[in-house]
Amino acid sequence: MHAGIIFLLVIVGSVLFHIFTPWYWTDIASNWGGMDSTITLTFWVGGGVFVAVCLFMVYCVFRYSHKEDRRAEYKPEDKKLEKILTWATTLGVCALLAPGLIIWNQYVNVPKNAIEVDVMAWQWGWQYRLPGADGKLGTTQVRNIADNNPFGINPDDPFGKDDVMIESDVINLENNRPVKILLRSVDVLHNWYVPQFRSKMDAVPGTVTFYWFEPNKVGEYEVLCAEYCGVGHYAMRGGVEVQDKADYEVWLSEQETFEQLSARYEKLNVDGNKLAKK
Amino acid sequence: MSDEYDNNKSYQAQSSEVLDGSAGSINPDMDYVRPAEIPEQDLYHAHSFIEKWIFCQDAKVIGVQYFLTAVFTGIVGLILSWLMRLQLGFPELAGFMTAEHYYQFVTMHGMIMVVYFLTALFLGGFGNYLIPLMVGARDMVFPYVNMLSFWMFFVAVAVLMASFFVPGGPTGAGWTLYPPQTILEGTPGSGTGILLMLISLSLFVIGFTMGGLNYMITILQARTRGMTLMRMPLTVWGIFTATVLAMLAFPALLVSAIMMTLDKVLQTSFFMPTILKAGEVLEYGGGSPILFQHLFWFFGHPEVYIVALPAFGIVSDLISVHARKNIFGYRMMVWAIVGIGGLSFFVWAHHMYVSGMNPWFGFFFATTTLIIAVPTAMKVYNWILTLWRGNIRINTVMLWCLGFIVTFVNGGITGIFLGNVSVDVPLSDTYFVVAHFHMVMGIAPLMVIMGAVYHWFPLVAGKMLSETLGKWHFWITFLGAYSIYFPMHYLGFIGVPRRYFEMYDSPYMTSTVGMNEFISVAAFIVGAAQFILVFNIIKTLKTGKKAEQNPWKANSLEWYTSTVPPEHGNFGERLPVVHRWPYDFSVPGAKDDFIPQTTAPSEVANTEVEKT
Repeated sequence: MHAGIIFLLVIVGSVLFHIFTPWYWTDIASNWGGMDSTITLTFWVGGGVFVAVCLFMVYCVFRYSHKEDRRAEYKPEDKKLEKILTWATTLGVCALLAPGLIIWNQYVNVPKNAIEVDVMAWQWGWQYRLPGADGKLGTTQVRNIADNNPFGINPDDPFGKDDVMIESDVINLENNRPVKILLRSVDVLHNWYVPQFRSKMDAVPGTVTFYWFEPNKVGEYEVLCAEYCGVGHYAMRGGVEVQDKADYEVWLSEQETFEQLSARYEKLNVDGNKLAKK
Repeated sequence: MSDEYDNNKSYQAQSSEVLDGSAGSINPDMDYVRPAEIPEQDLYHAHSFIEKWIFCQDAKVIGVQYFLTAVFTGIVGLILSWLMRLQLGFPELAGFMTAEHYYQFVTMHGMIMVVYFLTALFLGGFGNYLIPLMVGARDMVFPYVNMLSFWMFFVAVAVLMASFFVPGGPTGAGWTLYPPQTILEGTPGSGTGILLMLISLSLFVIGFTMGGLNYMITILQARTRGMTLMRMPLTVWGIFTATVLAMLAFPALLVSAIMMTLDKVLQTSFFMPTILKAGEVLEYGGGSPILFQHLFWFFGHPEVYIVALPAFGIVSDLISVHARKNIFGYRMMVWAIVGIGGLSFFVWAHHMYVSGMNPWFGFFFATTTLIIAVPTAMKVYNWILTLWRGNIRINTVMLWCLGFIVTFVNGGITGIFLGNVSVDVPLSDTYFVVAHFHMVMGIAPLMVIMGAVYHWFPLVAGKMLSETLGKWHFWITFLGAYSIYFPMHYLGFIGVPRRYFEMYDSPYMTSTVGMNEFISVAAFIVGAAQFILVFNIIKTLKTGKKAEQNPWKANSLEWYTSTVPPEHGNFGERLPVVHRWPYDFSVPGAKDDFIPQTTAPSEVANTEVEKT
């Protein structure tokens, strides 16, 4: 008897915890509300199954606990019941899978008007690059990285000249404009993750990965590295500042382009070709 | 365990036994069992203490050796988890711990618990002990190879533990060992530590292959007369399918370990692209870090089921015996085990939705992953339907089974979150994942292991463990573990990333301090509670009540050995002959509420047996 009561309390406690938890997701600040809704849906369906299964179990514990003078039912199979349960489960699974796949389809198809942001990661920090007036990022190579070329832009690539370089771990983004995050790493795996944006993707050395979101709430956010990247992983933070168009453009105009940076190095007349010490 | 076998006796089959399948029965037609096709195997009997207890060829002793070695690694893993929880809950008390230490503990805890504890315990421990007994064989088919299997495992464990004492310490790359960081500076133990880890894993795979071949071939070839595949206990089905999975999955781990060793030692570039480190371009180029992830998870996901399937099988048997009711839908249970095993090879990349692989894979792997939920759900339904209208003994064994159902369903449901590709995006790499896999492949299988220990201890040691201590052990473990991992999911919702040595002051994370302290305290208590079992075992061995034969009134063959504990050769002079499945409990018309597998139909002629 005691056992049944304790199991019952565990189930009731779980439901109450879920209802009254002070720990829940942060206020969303991007377009990925669909992910939150799918989580909520999965909670209803999955939580319902969990509660139903456990309550049934508790019922059995109360109702059918051992008595010497009683015998269990002898019924090896019940084809009909098994069939019903199989189809009901299949149906439930499909109902959860469908929205999941629909949202994934949105996640992998980037809107045409998205601004590209090159996020470059290393052990342990971030820097960012935005396309210039031509709207295109120049191609890059790890071997090109040097003090006067912190992003490793191919010097021959005309698209690279006007790229805007942000040698800071904080980047500003324009509110309500889709962003395509292009992730690069020069050493190990990293992952540029802002919990409020819900979205993430690993940065993989040797390739460029991407994801997109549309920030929709002005404010400052913390960037976390979400893929273990060695001993400094936990300290690898960055920032995002989402601004309205006007503020954003002011900020953007204050940033240095690749051309300006190269010119600055030439003026200083220092040997900028040596590799950056990261 | 005693092994007082008379060495002069031979188990060579008599020719009459081979030919005359129905010897001794009353009604030859009704009780007909196919004659044996091959004579019995001749066993090598131990001649000295060393042969009997150390380099032993008896699968039962090997099983106990595997069990004890695995438990030793498990205790190391447990202590590491305490240290981690100390840092996460009470960093001010963990001043001695650097980030390097923390990541080394995380890594070793993960690898030890998954591979050296759970896998070795289920397959090496329970597999060795139970397979020959349950299928009615005298031993594994290759006892000498079986002995080598354990000692290879032992060396693998020794190499792994040695890595704690080398310069730089053990690897701190995370148990997934993702390159490039695994073999680069900036990750603790990227020198000798990682090499020892890779060597140890390779040895483990080699040793495991020796054991695995034994399990498979024993089950396929050495079953006793009448033991058809569809009369095998689900424990055997679970272990068998898990072994097949292991045979197919471990090679992927072995090759990736070898390739990574080459990358480390010979500067090949299987997994290493061009890398800029400390201002210098390293001598690597052109390799693919994602290739490693594919190889790793091609092993790693089946590995989850290598742990889960034996647990499924064992818990089915425990529930059935202690609910005094046949397992509901036996055939469905068998096909679900086989189906889950097969499907488990087509879901690996659900660990990699945000790894940077081609995102279109997400559609395929989300679909396969959610398909696997169907046979898994069927198993859960059948467990609770076995309880329904049963006659349930609420003893320690059953409590562990009920605890398993709660934790497994909980962890299974959160698996649907993570398998459903776009839901995984916000949750992956957070504490939600940590909570999920601990619940579903840590706590749930552990519940089964504990249930199995209380269930089979009377067979192994001939004495009954204390029920009172057992119940205390269960309730502290179950309630404690549940209160560790249930709230932990919510840390993941907030977005707290896993593998963080320190949280700093991220605004939304500071609210989790209290929860982290609570979880840590629960973890200390749950860990300490495991020593109740150790105490219980020691006390029982010294002063415990002697177990009668078949104390749980079970049907399967391991309870019908010639002696308790079973001697070398298991079944005395004659192997048992099987007439039915092991789940004939509470059959209408039968005198007792159980009919052993060895009972011929003519002996229980008045019963309404449906399936034999």
